[in-house]
Amino acid sequence: MTVAIAPTGQRPEVLRMQAVGKTFGGTVEALRDMSLTVGQGDFISLLGPSGCGKSTALRLIADLIRPTAGAIRWAGGQNPGDLGVVFQEPTLMPWATVAQNVWLPFRLRGKSFPAVRDEVRAALRLVGLEAFHDSYPRELSGGMKMRVSIARAMVTRPRLILMDEPFAALDEITRFKLNNDLLTLKQRIGCTVIFVTHSVFESVFLSDRIVVMAARPGRVIRELAVDAPYPRDDAFRTSSEYAAHCRAATAALHTAMGEAA
Amino acid sequence: MTSAEPALPQIDAEERARRKAARFERIGKWTLPVIALALGLLLWDRIVVWNQIPHYILPRPGLVLETLIEDWAILFEALLVTLQITLMALAVAVLGGVGLAVLFTQSRLIEMSFYPYAVILQVTPIVAIAPLIFIYVDNRLAGLLLCAWLVAFFPVLSNTTLGLNSADHNLRDLFRIYGATRWQKLRYLQLPSALPYFLGGLRIAGGLSLIGAVVAEYVAGTGGLKSGLAFRILEAGYRLNIPRMFAALILIAVTGVVIFAGLSFLSHMLLRKWHESALKREG
Repeated sequence: MTVAIAPTGQRPEVLRMQAVGKTFGGTVEALRDMSLTVGQGDFISLLGPSGCGKSTALRLIADLIRPTAGAIRWAGGQNPGDLGVVFQEPTLMPWATVAQNVWLPFRLRGKSFPAVRDEVRAALRLVGLEAFHDSYPRELSGGMKMRVSIARAMVTRPRLILMDEPFAALDEITRFKLNNDLLTLKQRIGCTVIFVTHSVFESVFLSDRIVVMAARPGRVIRELAVDAPYPRDDAFRTSSEYAAHCRAATAALHTAMGEAA
Repeated sequence: MTSAEPALPQIDAEERARRKAARFERIGKWTLPVIALALGLLLWDRIVVWNQIPHYILPRPGLVLETLIEDWAILFEALLVTLQITLMALAVAVLGGVGLAVLFTQSRLIEMSFYPYAVILQVTPIVAIAPLIFIYVDNRLAGLLLCAWLVAFFPVLSNTTLGLNSADHNLRDLFRIYGATRWQKLRYLQLPSALPYFLGGLRIAGGLSLIGAVVAEYVAGTGGLKSGLAFRILEAGYRLNIPRMFAALILIAVTGVVIFAGLSFLSHMLLRKWHESALKREG
C-alpha cells in the first residue's frame, strides 16, 4: 500500500526561510535571496555544484551562523531540541560507545542514560545496529558509523533533520543501501528532512522536492517536485518515471552551471 | 624445508627478506641494547684495569655495583626523598597544568594575559631561578616543589591546551545545535578530546619533575629535611667517593625510566579502547 503524501502546500508548516542572504566578510556572497517553506513530512534535497550555498543554508537553519538578510522562522518558535543533524563524516565521539553516542542529544538536555535507554535502543534498532550497542566507533565500518550518526540525529524525534552530504564519502553499494534504509526510516517515523547532495540520482530517489541551486552567488534556480509516491524501492530506480525526473533535474542543474559560468 | 611443503602459498624472496627483517627487529630490540651494555661495561672495566686508574677517579663497574649494595640503606632512603618530591611535583604539575589549560580555553582574556609568562617561566633555566626561590621561600619542601613544578608544568599545560582546542569541529557544531552549556562542552567534548594530548604531556612531565627535583636539591643543599639523591651525589663528590656517585646516578636514571614506563602504561590503559596510538600497539 502506498501512503499518499499531501502536496506540500497542505502540510503543516515547520519552517520558513524568507529571502535569506548570507555574506561572509562583507565581500563573499555565499547565499542570496533564498526562500523556502518546509512542511511537516517533507523530504527536500538541496542540489547544486560546490559553492552554491547548500551547506551555508543548512548552517543558517541550524543557527550556527546568522543571516545577513532575511529571516528564518520556525512555526511556533524554536527549541534547541527541534533539530537533528547528520554531517558528511559520521562525527561520532571515538571515546564513547555506540549507545553513548546516540544518547548524546538526551545527555545534553540533562537526561540520564537509564531514563532514555528505551529510546536509544529503539533508535539503534531502526538503523539495524542494536547488536552494536556497546561497540566503539572504530569497530564499525563507514556505513555503520553513518547509521549510528543517523540514529543519533533522530533519537529525540526532532521536528527537522538536516543532512549535509551524509553518504558522499561512502561507496556506491553502501550508498544505495543507506538510501533505501533512509526512506524506510522516513516512512516509519515520518521525519522531515533537508538533505544536501550533489548527486542528481540520490536527490530524485529520496526527495519529494528538489531545490536546484547555482553558485557565485549561491542562490535557488528552480524547485522541482518529484511526485512519485513513497515507499520507493529498487524498482523505482529503474522506472521511466525515475529517469524522467533525473532528466529534469539534470537539465535544471545544467542551467545552474551555465548561469554560474 | 624447501620442497616438503608444496601446499603452502609460495613465499618469494621479497617476502622472505621481509620476515627476516621482522624477526631481526623483534629479537634485536631486546638483545642488542643488552649486548651493547655488556660490551660497554667490559670496555669500561678493561680501560680502568689497563690504565691502572685509581677507584677515586674512575671505579670499575663491579665496584659500583658493590657500593650500590653496600650503601643501599643510605641510597634507598635518599631515593625515597627524591621520589617523594618528584611525585608531588608531578601531581602539582598535573593540577596546575590542566587547571591553567582549562582556564585558558574558557577565557581568551586570561589566556592572552598569562600565556606569554608561562612560556617565559618555561624557557628560563631552573638553575637560574632556583637560588632566588630559596631566598624567598622559607619552607624547603615548598621550595623544592616549586622548582620541580616550574620545570614540569609546561608540557602538561601546552599539550592539554592543544588537546582542548582540537575537538572535532562538527562535534562542536553539534554541541552548539543541541544547546550544550559551557560545562557540558568541556566535560563531554573537550576533556575527552584532550586526554591523549594530556597523556603525552604527562610522560614528558614525569621525567622533567625528576630533573626538577634533582636540580632543586643541588641548589638548595640540605637543611632540616632528609637528604635526597642529589645531595648524596654532592656529598660523595666532596669525599671523592666516586663509586657512590655512580651508584646514585644509576638509581636516578632507573627511577626516570620507571616513571616513564609507568606513565606510558597508564596512557595505554586509558586509551586502548579507542585511540589510534594505543590500537597500533595491540595489533
